[in-house]
Amino acid sequence: MLLEFHRSARDPWVVLAIFGELDMAGAPRLRQAVVGEVAGGNNRLVLDLSAVDFIDSVGLGTVVGALRRVRAHDGDLILVCSEPRILRVFEMCDLDRVFEIHADVDSAVEATGRV
Amino acid sequence: MRASGVVELRVPARPEFLQLVRSVVGAAAASGTDLGPDQVADLRLAVSEAATNAMEVHGLRGLTDRVVVRCKLSDELIEVEVADRGPGFDPDAVPSLPPVDSPERLQHESGLGVSLMHQLTDQTIIESGRDGTAVRLMINLRDSAGGR
Repeated sequence: MLLEFHRSARDPWVVLAIFGELDMAGAPRLRQAVVGEVAGGNNRLVLDLSAVDFIDSVGLGTVVGALRRVRAHDGDLILVCSEPRILRVFEMCDLDRVFEIHADVDSAVEATGRV
Repeated sequence: MRASGVVELRVPARPEFLQLVRSVVGAAAASGTDLGPDQVADLRLAVSEAATNAMEVHGLRGLTDRVVVRCKLSDELIEVEVADRGPGFDPDAVPSLPPVDSPERLQHESGLGVSLMHQLTDQTIIESGRDGTAVRLMINLRDSAGGR
């Protein structure tokens, strides 16, 4: 299936819930969505990976690129993920040390306390 | 239950075929071996990495050849070979990434695939030459207890 998004606002954060597989086929849609958000002035993003069935190095790279993009605009990016298989891929690449990862959107937004 | 044999796919070098590659290899591994779900997931990811690299090089070079994915099952081993017709590369010369605590790390969106393949399999052999690259991903079945 094509990568799909559900977008919601948790001021000052924009939450993009991602559905599908984050590989070379799906990653360009995520890149496009992040570019669109940042262009629209939304540079505090929560990427909710709870409904991502699969991620590979291309997907990871796109998430790294998203973090770089929001930080370049003085923003930030938080991940939501509790699926062990997805988390494990981040861990294998040491990217769990790069990203702030929370188990659900509420705790992500509340834990930050950043405005 | 274990089965012996070969499953071969020849897929167009387009990203939308990655899911098919993962599905076929995953189904072969799940039905023909005693591997557990996590081990099958690891193999699917490793194969996806190899197939992504193959499709990428075909795309960059404008090659119309198909990418060949060959899954061989025996009592001892599951081996998946992914072969492309690209110009080859030196697998020992893949540059290492900056440390994760360095801001420089965020400048790199690629470069993780080969490392992942090695981590996810018992053995990964990359044979690359001017006529193409073959990546062989192997998981030993004798010492896998994941599904039992």
